[in-house]
Amino acid sequence: MKTVAGKRCKSASDTLHQYETELKKPMASEAKYQNEPVIRCESVYKIFGDNAKRMLKDSNGVVDAAKFQKADCIVGVNNASFEVYPGELLIIMGLSGSGKSTLLRCISRLTDATAGKIFIEGEDILTMNNKKLIQLRRSKMGMVFQSFALLPHKTVLENIAFPLQVKGVSTPDSIQRAKEMIDLVSLSGRENYFPRQLSGGQQQRVGIARSLAIEPDIWFLDEPFSALDPLIRKEMQDEFLRLQGVLSKTILFVTHDFDEALRLADRIAIMKDGIIEQLDTPANIVLNPATEYVRKFTEEVPREKVLKIETVMNAYDPAEDIADLKISKDAIIETVAEVVLNSDKPVSIVDSTGQIVGMVRSSDVVNLLFGGRSNNTTGTTS
Amino acid sequence: MMEALKARKYLQFLLLIAVFLLMYFFIPRSESSLLWRLPPLLNWLPLTINNAVEFLMNDWWPIEVWDPDIEEFEQKPLLREITRSISGVVLFMIEFVREILLGGVKTIVTFTSWDWVTENQWAKWPGLPWTVVAGGAAILGYALSGIGLAVFAGLALVYIAVFGQWEPSMQTLSFVLIAAPIAILLGLLLGLWAFKSKRVEKIMDPLLNVAQIVPHFSYLIPVMVFFGIGDHAGAIATIIFATPPMVRLTLLGLKKVPPEVQEAGLMSGCTNWQLLRRVMIPTARRDILIGVNQVIMQCLAMVVIASLIGAKGLGNDLLIALNRLRIGLALEIGICIVLIAIVLDRLSLAWANKQTDYFADESFKQKHKYSLMFLLVFVVGVALAFLGSFIFKKEFNYLYLIPHNKGITTEAFWQAGVDWLWDTFFYTLKAFNEWFIVDVLIPIKEAFLGMPVIATFTLAMGAGFIVGGIRSALIVGGLLLFIALTDWWDRALITTYLMSVAVVISSILGITIGTLCAQNKTTTRFILTVCDTLQTFPSFIYLIPVMMLFGVTDTSVLIAIVVFATIPATRYTVEGLRSVPEALHDAGSMSGVNRLQRWLSIELPMSFPHIALGINQTVVFALSMVIIGALIGTDDLGQLILKSLSDKAGVGNGLILGLCVAFIGLAIDQILRTWANQRKQALGMD
Repeated sequence: MKTVAGKRCKSASDTLHQYETELKKPMASEAKYQNEPVIRCESVYKIFGDNAKRMLKDSNGVVDAAKFQKADCIVGVNNASFEVYPGELLIIMGLSGSGKSTLLRCISRLTDATAGKIFIEGEDILTMNNKKLIQLRRSKMGMVFQSFALLPHKTVLENIAFPLQVKGVSTPDSIQRAKEMIDLVSLSGRENYFPRQLSGGQQQRVGIARSLAIEPDIWFLDEPFSALDPLIRKEMQDEFLRLQGVLSKTILFVTHDFDEALRLADRIAIMKDGIIEQLDTPANIVLNPATEYVRKFTEEVPREKVLKIETVMNAYDPAEDIADLKISKDAIIETVAEVVLNSDKPVSIVDSTGQIVGMVRSSDVVNLLFGGRSNNTTGTTS
Repeated sequence: MMEALKARKYLQFLLLIAVFLLMYFFIPRSESSLLWRLPPLLNWLPLTINNAVEFLMNDWWPIEVWDPDIEEFEQKPLLREITRSISGVVLFMIEFVREILLGGVKTIVTFTSWDWVTENQWAKWPGLPWTVVAGGAAILGYALSGIGLAVFAGLALVYIAVFGQWEPSMQTLSFVLIAAPIAILLGLLLGLWAFKSKRVEKIMDPLLNVAQIVPHFSYLIPVMVFFGIGDHAGAIATIIFATPPMVRLTLLGLKKVPPEVQEAGLMSGCTNWQLLRRVMIPTARRDILIGVNQVIMQCLAMVVIASLIGAKGLGNDLLIALNRLRIGLALEIGICIVLIAIVLDRLSLAWANKQTDYFADESFKQKHKYSLMFLLVFVVGVALAFLGSFIFKKEFNYLYLIPHNKGITTEAFWQAGVDWLWDTFFYTLKAFNEWFIVDVLIPIKEAFLGMPVIATFTLAMGAGFIVGGIRSALIVGGLLLFIALTDWWDRALITTYLMSVAVVISSILGITIGTLCAQNKTTTRFILTVCDTLQTFPSFIYLIPVMMLFGVTDTSVLIAIVVFATIPATRYTVEGLRSVPEALHDAGSMSGVNRLQRWLSIELPMSFPHIALGINQTVVFALSMVIIGALIGTDDLGQLILKSLSDKAGVGNGLILGLCVAFIGLAIDQILRTWANQRKQALGMD
């Protein structure tokens, strides 16, 4: 029994109509890259150590971690440049020590980047004074933490109302708003609990509610589900997708879990030793890993979970007797596999205009699902 | 052979002891031998300090001050003016609180003059009737915690009033109510400063270490010189003594705040001040509260000692009662101190744990119910007091203020009890006492005094070397060298002797009690409660019951020290054993260990770091109690410190003596702490 859930979740009984909504989505997301980016990083460096600034100046931007280590400098982020667009969910993925959390903290300016420029909605936050920074955080940013980071002396309600209260919102108003947030994250009835009385998943719901209380445009999540049990993690991911569906924030999400990244991301940035190895859509990362390191990550990934149906389709042969069913070329294989397998005729693949561009036989899908497993380690693309 | 020695620490210790014994028996005890005693090369130090202080107070940095009496500018030394203004402010605050509680004219005098008050007899501040204060305390307890604390606080104050200790108790209370908040605030600020700046922390750390071991008395002498004598001097000494633990615990608490919580505060848009006040300090609350608690305890511990430099109140009375051997009275006063300590302790804890309810839709009456309740109590209390002035026309108005020692007293009963004890067990007690002193204590004392200085150094530095390498050896050696070069090496040996005997007994007792009680949950909770309660008692209190039994002797002092110092040994043992992971117990059980084996091979090694720190605390507790023992007669460093209190030029002596005591503590601290940390690392508990 295969569990299909999440963003691209569709069951076999779904109608064609729904595949057509699936079909429109990439178009919409491509459109969003036309807008001004919400976050723009230009050659951001973060190097820890007393003489980090001098070392960086001497090195002319070419940072060799080993050399820096000898001078007691630890490289956190090494020349990171990228953009995040409105409504996009960018995931920064990497193992521990890869600098992903450091990068996130540079962008939220919890630590000051050693060099580079970071723009939030066109404003350089590294040159902002403290007052302006606080203003920005109070109006635009929310952040969720791995260890929840709830204030232990405040109740659920007070924790959620906290960002509003430091902003100067009156107590009744902030409490009213906090109550709405509690409903949003389904924690009603636990308003007066203290964090220590809640389970991990519930605590993180509070953390999420708190980070959303001021209605931020930009949402930072630092390994929000890593400290949770697998089942709860799954549940929270679903909840997260639901919230994102309602709220559509611009999101920077840090995780060390590649599956989580694949499941949630619009685009993924894979980091290693402070360097962004590759930044691309999940499918592209799996299909065309840019470096050996990325390839190692992707090789265990079940292709059907990230690949679109167009990658396995055959040229359309009008002579063939095909089924009535039409599938968008952008549908993820996993979500349509059952439909294709149940059809005794080949299924046609259409593009966004409804034009037939190819067809898929059940054998193609079977091949992808079960074939090539034995030599999986040698081939990187299917 | 050498390799075996290197691998096994206990062999090294055996070798060290062998060398020590050889030195002990074969080094000639001649006054001229450097191996026997070092010459007092630091003799000049106390005098220099005296002169420096004299200079600072009288000649340093003269400034022009307007003297309103002679209407002229006068030359006055800056420091004296500063200390005088501080004294003035502190004294005013104490008097102000005191007069709210007891009534008086001094607050009015401050704003007018003595002449004016003498002319206008009506200008007198009335004190609150005791019924109002007791009712107020009960309401406060109710508001902060609930009916339990309300009853306790109310009854405690009723007890104090009924037993005729109202006046001194309120004097003490006014003194604590000023000293404790100042110490808490100061400690909080210094702690925050140390948290913000690494450099400050580095400077402050050794100072705090010394400050926590320097005996109470030593603080009195410089305070006396700089601030004079009186309630304010007592309060200032108390503040200086009570601040270090607050600093330490504030810093500890702030450091323990998870970085993510701090970041969460920042991302919520906190300004620096909001971050500190609404995130950092509340999150570090647990430790800061322990600090507040410690401050209150230290303040009450200082109540007795501060009375030596003129603080009025219970401490003074207790000291007098003890000196007159009125044990029954001393006991009653002691109970009052303990009651005040516990009430303040519980109230402060309850206040910190209080939370607000946002959902209650309250009416005016509900919102202000505590104020209204107090108003009611106030009106009724004043009415009663007024009524009382008609009922008790000739006598004292018992419904207003019960005068000192005019309440009920159980002194006769206690005195009778003591007398009965003495009559019944006189020979038994005396025989035990004599045997203990003659056959146990004196030989040990002689043995300590018979140590050649080189042997002491070898033992201490050798232990330091085995535990912590050359660095520890040098630190220990340096600390001892300071003591050896003063005039008071022999006295220091006597202090060490009393302390060592007490620490050995306390550790054995503490570890035994702790281990037994840690066996199940009920007894664990019980023993921790007992430790909590006993720790609220000011150290001085422990002297009272033992004096009942053994009179003014070394035995009394020793028993008091042992009782007092067993508390940390027990507590740390229990906590150490509790911290042994459950999985290890299970692993042990599955390996088939029996109870004794489990204790010896799993629990004891795992909890050793905790226990070592407990013994370290035991040393600190014991040292402070040894010095307090001077008040009932010992012949060690403490006695000398007490003497330098009454000496005009005692500052230098008092300071150096205090440092000697502190250095004994620090030397032991160095060895035990290094050892504990090593074990912690070895066991992967860091």
